[in-house]
Amino acid sequence: MNDTSNNAGSSNSPLGVGGNIFPGQIHETPGGGIVLSKLDDLINWARSNSLWPLTFATSCCGIEYMAVAGAKYDFSRFGFEVARASPRQADVIIIAGTIVNKMAPVLKRLYDQMADPKYVIAMGACAISGGPFFYNTYSVVKGADHVIPVDVYVAGCPPRPEALIHALMSLQEKIKMGLTREQIKDGK
Amino acid sequence: MQNEELKTRITELLPTATFDESGEWLNIMIAPQDWLLFATNFRNETNLFFDHLFCLTCIDWKTHLCMVYHLSSTKFRHNIVVKSILDNTNPAIETVSHIWQTANFHEREVYEMFGVNFLNHPDLRLLILPDGWEGKNPMRKDFEDPINMIRL
Repeated sequence: MNDTSNNAGSSNSPLGVGGNIFPGQIHETPGGGIVLSKLDDLINWARSNSLWPLTFATSCCGIEYMAVAGAKYDFSRFGFEVARASPRQADVIIIAGTIVNKMAPVLKRLYDQMADPKYVIAMGACAISGGPFFYNTYSVVKGADHVIPVDVYVAGCPPRPEALIHALMSLQEKIKMGLTREQIKDGK
Repeated sequence: MQNEELKTRITELLPTATFDESGEWLNIMIAPQDWLLFATNFRNETNLFFDHLFCLTCIDWKTHLCMVYHLSSTKFRHNIVVKSILDNTNPAIETVSHIWQTANFHEREVYEMFGVNFLNHPDLRLLILPDGWEGKNPMRKDFEDPINMIRL
């Protein structure tokens, strides 16, 4: 057992649970073990498992978002713990609903106030493209990515809670792989 | 007061008014130039006493515009709907904001959304649309989004 190196993601690993693979190798030694990993990977792994969303919902997608936060679906199981009412304490903003022209500067400001690293999920048709309002409207922004950059898009009108959970976990995967927009920009 | 009584009383006030009872409430069609005097009477007549204007809006029928006023009496619990057809190109009607205060904001909204000019309104400027809004009135049927129109 001394010289075998386990991939921590295997099912018998003490650190890996399900798809949440610990980025590194564990060398077991008598009376303990040694963990080998890259600091960047370790930080990404830690960050991805503690993403606190901002309380931000502009229309009906917000109801589904609340369902995901509630007891039945419960995104705290995956590290989304608790929605923060202040952008300064939030890591991820879930754009749950229509963004109108008057809301756009508010959204931009909230995004600017969030501390790095920050991530964005566009939830539902309105946040992706303007949704049912994309045709001939005087007030709706046709896609929240006209205002702030988006990491993950969730289709649906509104998306089911499962779809939002899938999006949240996709975001975690992206962070772990170092493939979010911010990570690529910083060359990490 | 029942609809028949209302009709009798209103016909006394304005013989040219026509009625439509196909809907839930009594509809009264009047000419725009009669509206101001009519509204004052509606509000002040002791047995009409329409003290509550609970809806003020406009409809674009493409060939013309139609102003719609929903009136109610908190004293007698009777309702009427007043409709007035306006010209499509240069719509104008007298304001009633001095009779029912709520009309002030509602008329501003109709002004920006439909382009109806409310004569003698104390503060006729944009309500919801951003300052400096130029171009057509968004709720008109012929409105096209100037920035990002997608044709279907």
